[in-house]
Amino acid sequence: MKTLMKGNEAIGEAAILAGCRYFFGYPITPQTELPEYLARRLPEVNGVFLQAESEVAAINMVYGAAGAGARVMTSSSGPGISLKQEGISYIAAAELPCVIVDIMRGGPGLGGIQPSQSDYFQATRGGGHGDYRLIVLAPASVQEMADLTGLAFELADRYRNPVLLLGDGVLGQMMEPVSFNPLPAGETVKPWATTGCRGRERNVVNTLYLNPEELEAVNHRLQEKYRLIEARECRAETYCTQDAEIVVVAFGIAARIAKAAVDGARAEGVRAGLVRPVTLWPFPYRMLAGVLKRAKAALVVEMNAGQMLEDVRLAAEGCVPVSFYGRTGGMLPGSRAVLEQIRLLGGKKYGHYVRPA
Amino acid sequence: MATMFARPEALTANPFHYCPGCTHGVIHRLVAEVIDELGIRENTVAVASVGCSVLAYNYFNVDVQQAAHGRAPAVATGIKRVLPDRVVFTYQGDGDLASIGTAEIVHAAARGEKITVIFVNNANYGMTGGQLAPTTLPGQVTTTSPSGRDVTRAGYPIRMVEMLATLDGPAYLARASVHNPAQVVKAKKMLRRAFEVQMQGLGFALVEVLSSCPTNWGLKPVEALRWLEKNMLPYYPTGEFKCLQQAV
Ligand SMILES: Cc1ncc(C[n+]2csc(CCOP(=O)(O)OP(=O)(O)O)c2C)c(N)n1
Ligand code: SF4
Ligand SMILES: [Mg+2]
Repeated sequence: MKTLMKGNEAIGEAAILAGCRYFFGYPITPQTELPEYLARRLPEVNGVFLQAESEVAAINMVYGAAGAGARVMTSSSGPGISLKQEGISYIAAAELPCVIVDIMRGGPGLGGIQPSQSDYFQATRGGGHGDYRLIVLAPASVQEMADLTGLAFELADRYRNPVLLLGDGVLGQMMEPVSFNPLPAGETVKPWATTGCRGRERNVVNTLYLNPEELEAVNHRLQEKYRLIEARECRAETYCTQDAEIVVVAFGIAARIAKAAVDGARAEGVRAGLVRPVTLWPFPYRMLAGVLKRAKAALVVEMNAGQMLEDVRLAAEGCVPVSFYGRTGGMLPGSRAVLEQIRLLGGKKYGHYVRPA
Repeated sequence: MATMFARPEALTANPFHYCPGCTHGVIHRLVAEVIDELGIRENTVAVASVGCSVLAYNYFNVDVQQAAHGRAPAVATGIKRVLPDRVVFTYQGDGDLASIGTAEIVHAAARGEKITVIFVNNANYGMTGGQLAPTTLPGQVTTTSPSGRDVTRAGYPIRMVEMLATLDGPAYLARASVHNPAQVVKAKKMLRRAFEVQMQGLGFALVEVLSSCPTNWGLKPVEALRWLEKNMLPYYPTGEFKCLQQAV
């Protein structure tokens, strides 16, 4: 059965279905519908909703709850996610599973409250200190907001790693029909959790290693885990890429806009296609490289000044020119504007570079 | 032969790294004795903070989480909300609790979070080499107040217990000292009460313990205890500031 729901609320319901019973957060637009939904729903399932005094406190409550073995979630947007970075670094270092939702708005600074994708770097490159990685999932519809929330909890537990669900204000606030698919029972055995040491050796959740050799060994272990995740968890959607000469690369809501532009180009006889990375980390370099090898040009479309662009260039390794079209500040790229960029590329023999807007 | 003095079960066999004469060790021992006496060792989760006592996770023989600087009350909140029938306590210094972590401690107290906080006030940042703390006394010399704390520029020391006592959330608030055996006995009683309050579900409990830092005060251990008595006690009076006997 399908229900008409806002993306933010769909995340909340999907989290409950995934067995999440703890939420710690702080209000910020455009994600507030999620804490509001959970403030109502969690008590109905004997869960805990707590509005923290700040995002700093919220993420540290997540640390404590995750360390105690619970499935736990927090959510915010740019300014709040910036505040959470210290805690996220600790959570990654302590290898605690949790889900962090980031519904992006325009930045930098207080920026604005309109949708944006300008926190791609922050999400995929860290933002906190140290060599750590978050698994970053980028939904493009309300249905995917729900599906990827379930996946986020599974991956977090499987790899003992924080997972970031990266959406934007459009996805968070628009309503679409969504169905909630039953989930396989999550891994519930967490022998490392601090639950009181009855009948076992005591457990310690820690991120301090004063001995550099020991800390390097910890880093090696983390890096090994990250290589494993890269090998196993890359996800992307392709559309009309079999014979594509111009490959548009976009994620999240920008990919839906780009898809309409690809359809428009096809109607004009231009062989365009779309690659939509679903995991932003691990980034699907190999899969994208395979598509780009057969193409003449790539066009990256983002709601920022060119962030995923860097990953697409890394994937292209110079084999095709990579152009960029972006809007910032909360402005949406129109599908007609994107189509115009595809046309330009065709007319200029695929080599045209569009400056960031 | 009867054993008169042994390591409490709630302490591991790891030797303390604290400087000679530092009273962090005394406070650790008191907390461990209370845990043993209440029989809660296997039911307790401790939260270590950032400061000289960060390695508390090596010493308390219970499950432990180590928290970021100042965030222990938030971490403890997360643990306690997931495991309401476990005993959860934090062990924090004055820089950790009264400076970088002021928001976390005030709001954990205001929420009446059912946790126990051990707050070790040594009037400076011990671990980083003796800088000014919010609790540094007027005129006290530290590496970042080299000519003594000038209250017109560095402001006034914060009396955390008195400040928290203005809130409705806390069930137990007390200040103790460990500068002589009589005070140590009193401190232990207060620490015990702070755990009992949590076990009875009465609310938030905090004991501030005045503690010596001979290394950064530049004093011999015995002189440091005397300095504490002479200078800290008048500014930070000991006693119980709030003591609920039953839930309100
Ligand atoms: C975010 C952050 N800022 C600064 C530090 C450096 N630092 C480590 S311990 C400490 C002060 C601890 O002082 P206090 O809490 O009084 O504990 P004490 O060592 O005196 O027992 C500081 C500033 C840190 N670890 N993290
Ligand atoms: S520096 Fe001060 S507080 Fe730290 S262990 Fe030494 S005496 Fe104790
Ligand atoms: Mg101190």
